Amino acid sequence: MNFKMISRIYAMILFIEALFMIPAVGIGLGYGEHTAVISFLVSMAAILAVAGIFALISQNADKTFRAKEGLVCVGTSWILMSLLGCLPFFLSGEIPSYMDALFEIVSGFTTTGASILSDVEALSRCMLYWRSFSHWVGGMGVLVFLLALVPVSGKNQGFTMHLLRAESPGPDVGKLVPKMRQTAMVLYMTYVALTFFDFLFLIFGEMPLFDAVCTAFGTAGTGGFGIKNDSIASYSPYVQNVCTVFMLLFGINFSCFYLLILRQFRAVFKDEELRLYLGVVAVSIILITLNIADLYGSVWESLRYSSFQVASIITTTGFATVNFDLWPSFSKGILMVLMLIGACAGSTGGGIKCARILLLLKGVRRNISQIMHPQKVQVIRVNGKPVDERILSNTNSYLAIYVTIIVVSFLVLGLDNFSMTTNFSATMACFNNIGPGFDAVGPSCNFAAFSPFSKLILIVDMLAGRLEIFPILILLSPKTWKRS
Amino acid sequence: MKILIAGCGKVGQALAKELCEDGHDLTMIDSNSAVLNACVERMDVMALHGNCATMSVLRQAGAEKADLLIACTGSDELNLLCSMTAHGINPELHTIARIRDPEYIEQTHTMRDVFALSMTFNPEKEAATEMTRLLLYPGFFKRDAFAKGKVEIVELRVDAASKLKNLPLSSLNATVKCRVLVCAVLRDGEAITPRGNFVLREGDRVFVTAPSDSLATLLKNLGIVTRKVKRVMIAGGGTISYYLAEKLHRNHMEVQIIESSPARCVDLASRLPFATVIQGDAGDHGVLETDGIASCDALVSLTGMDELNMLISLYANSRKIPQIITKLGRLENSKIANSLPLGSVISPGKLCCSNILRYVRAMQNQGGAAVTIHSIAGGNAEAIEFLVDENTLHCGEPLKQLKLRKNVLLVSITRGEEIMIPNGDSRFFSGDSVVVVVSGGETVLQLNDIFE
Repeated sequence: MNFKMISRIYAMILFIEALFMIPAVGIGLGYGEHTAVISFLVSMAAILAVAGIFALISQNADKTFRAKEGLVCVGTSWILMSLLGCLPFFLSGEIPSYMDALFEIVSGFTTTGASILSDVEALSRCMLYWRSFSHWVGGMGVLVFLLALVPVSGKNQGFTMHLLRAESPGPDVGKLVPKMRQTAMVLYMTYVALTFFDFLFLIFGEMPLFDAVCTAFGTAGTGGFGIKNDSIASYSPYVQNVCTVFMLLFGINFSCFYLLILRQFRAVFKDEELRLYLGVVAVSIILITLNIADLYGSVWESLRYSSFQVASIITTTGFATVNFDLWPSFSKGILMVLMLIGACAGSTGGGIKCARILLLLKGVRRNISQIMHPQKVQVIRVNGKPVDERILSNTNSYLAIYVTIIVVSFLVLGLDNFSMTTNFSATMACFNNIGPGFDAVGPSCNFAAFSPFSKLILIVDMLAGRLEIFPILILLSPKTWKRS
Repeated sequence: MKILIAGCGKVGQALAKELCEDGHDLTMIDSNSAVLNACVERMDVMALHGNCATMSVLRQAGAEKADLLIACTGSDELNLLCSMTAHGINPELHTIARIRDPEYIEQTHTMRDVFALSMTFNPEKEAATEMTRLLLYPGFFKRDAFAKGKVEIVELRVDAASKLKNLPLSSLNATVKCRVLVCAVLRDGEAITPRGNFVLREGDRVFVTAPSDSLATLLKNLGIVTRKVKRVMIAGGGTISYYLAEKLHRNHMEVQIIESSPARCVDLASRLPFATVIQGDAGDHGVLETDGIASCDALVSLTGMDELNMLISLYANSRKIPQIITKLGRLENSKIANSLPLGSVISPGKLCCSNILRYVRAMQNQGGAAVTIHSIAGGNAEAIEFLVDENTLHCGEPLKQLKLRKNVLLVSITRGEEIMIPNGDSRFFSGDSVVVVVSGGETVLQLNDIFE
């Protein structure tokens, strides 16, 4: 294991994290929140000090960097970033327990949006900003940001592929353009542009400036931290519809946007994953609208609620305009399924990802046809291109590990003696980076009641969900830490 | 620049590495996905799986917007088809193709426009040319020519008995009694740009700039006794062996080729009537002895396997053959190869990189581009020849007043027939040709880049 090179990346990431805190300090000063500002400044000093130590360690690092280093580096740097990123909450005393503060920031970085706060509006403005901004940073990933900014190791950029693969979601991560730095740049430019448009549309709906910024960050990262106790419910229907559309947009694979810029409309239109995603969204909206029609005054109102909730859950954002815990079981069931499916690969959303669902379905279809014609040779194709058998088997094993982790966390949460629905939906909501679940962790409740141990489990779930399991799982394997 | 590389073999990968370091956008196409994966993990390139000669794959690779296509798959026909197709998609595209079969050379040369080729290259032929040059002037391990052959950079090795051992560079000119300049020393795998107080040690590989006509004086005064190479034994009968045998014959040397495949032996014997073709295993010491390795002046290991080539050369070294050349396909810069007495090491893939690199750099800046590029000191430094023109800064100023970049050394100035190994008072003028040596991974695209 090349710890020196990994330390070098830690140092850069922490430096960037400290830089990211500067706007929060500005906001704190603007609103006159002096305690919060001081806690931010102290945190920044602490982060820079740690970054300095890593920079010292990393001197004379040799440049070998393999897939294993990539996974370990991504897994540990997210943990490190969270351990230090929660300091402002803890130091300012606004979230008195360190475990709660950690839960909150991990929920932010992993774009989950699950909160332990019962009164969000009591937080100072700069804390609210940092909370929402953590979604934006975590959405596209801080390592991708790093790759876009600096040549991590001079001219030898080959290994950076391992970092992109480990941090970006999806079964088969590739580059958009030949240079890694440009690829990361294209991703972030698209991300920034979309976020900005979201912000403009929100401002146009007469949303206050600060609310619009935070909501745009929460939508872009498909995070879901609201800055109001009732999430998005108190804003106008126009604002809610803008959120619906942008949540859905941020759930689309970013390479589709790149193809749109290249004017390859046909390729986007024919994209099987995109078709599956939009199909699932459309069917779910129609079914739920019909199911909840008699709860609300008009079909349009129920359509607005159902489309917002469907977009919020399938993209794993987790905003709410209504307490969907009160909806009929059929609608809740659909939402639960959407939690599993998740957004597209290469988006900022979580879940299993439409691309994997597509591969799994095609794999099942092949297996069935092979039962009928045992000698049949069939190659699975997506978008007309044959899929490597290794990617298929990776997808299958991903599903197996995915289910295992859900089962284990569900069992461990049982120790806290909440209802089955609570435990299961809490696991699902955290592991799929959604936020609210059902029952005691429903949209109008929060995660404060869980024991610190359960919170720790949920923190691991959130990280594993965002980084697609392997970067976290590899940290638990003793072989990783042996000399090689 | 946007460059497509079709074929990720040894040549393709060597090219990709060099071009990547120069900062180009590379897309590599190959029909073997395992090789592509390896490329993507080692270098900052994009990979595309498919047949490089099809329109759809070339379109996908972005041939419409690319500046250059380098076709270096294993098959000449595929390379030609690939260049023609790509040129059809984008008429602005420059194409470079590897053509290896000697039978195609004539048509690719005369029908260049039909094939849409900007340049062809033949690693095997270039390797054979290089080997011939070494055999014509035994004593040097590597020779690179500049200024139309008037100036050369040669490699010398410091062994226990060498006069160079423990010699400070300041007294070098007095020892060799001619004008030379040490431009790089390779010590423990690192290239050093030496100063006057630098002392040479045993095991150093020294790269010396000298006018071509004083090479003989250099050898004589260093006490390196050389005799003219008259008999050459070639182990392995591949394409390089064919080219080499032909060239050596033209220079009146006696050639003996050992090849294991009987069919290939017959083929070689019919095409090279002057050579002695022997069917046998070159790895077998008995075969080498029977065919008189002891009486050879030089041995060239050219089998298809690097390991075997290394073993044959080591055996030749133990039999005290004066001149040994080893062909290595992959291991050319490995620490193992550098520490063994393998004689001159030549890697065909690396050799043609320099030419292609020069072409790419010339495309990048029209005018003021390098005339010649050679990679020296085990790939750790580059020797580049430029023409001084009216746009060049600091013309006519004495060198001691110029601030050159770190890691850059000006090693020769050629004006007409006059060759200068420069000192602090030398100056260059428009029309001169100068050679600079750059180490430390820096890139010099134009002559003006050498100034601070």
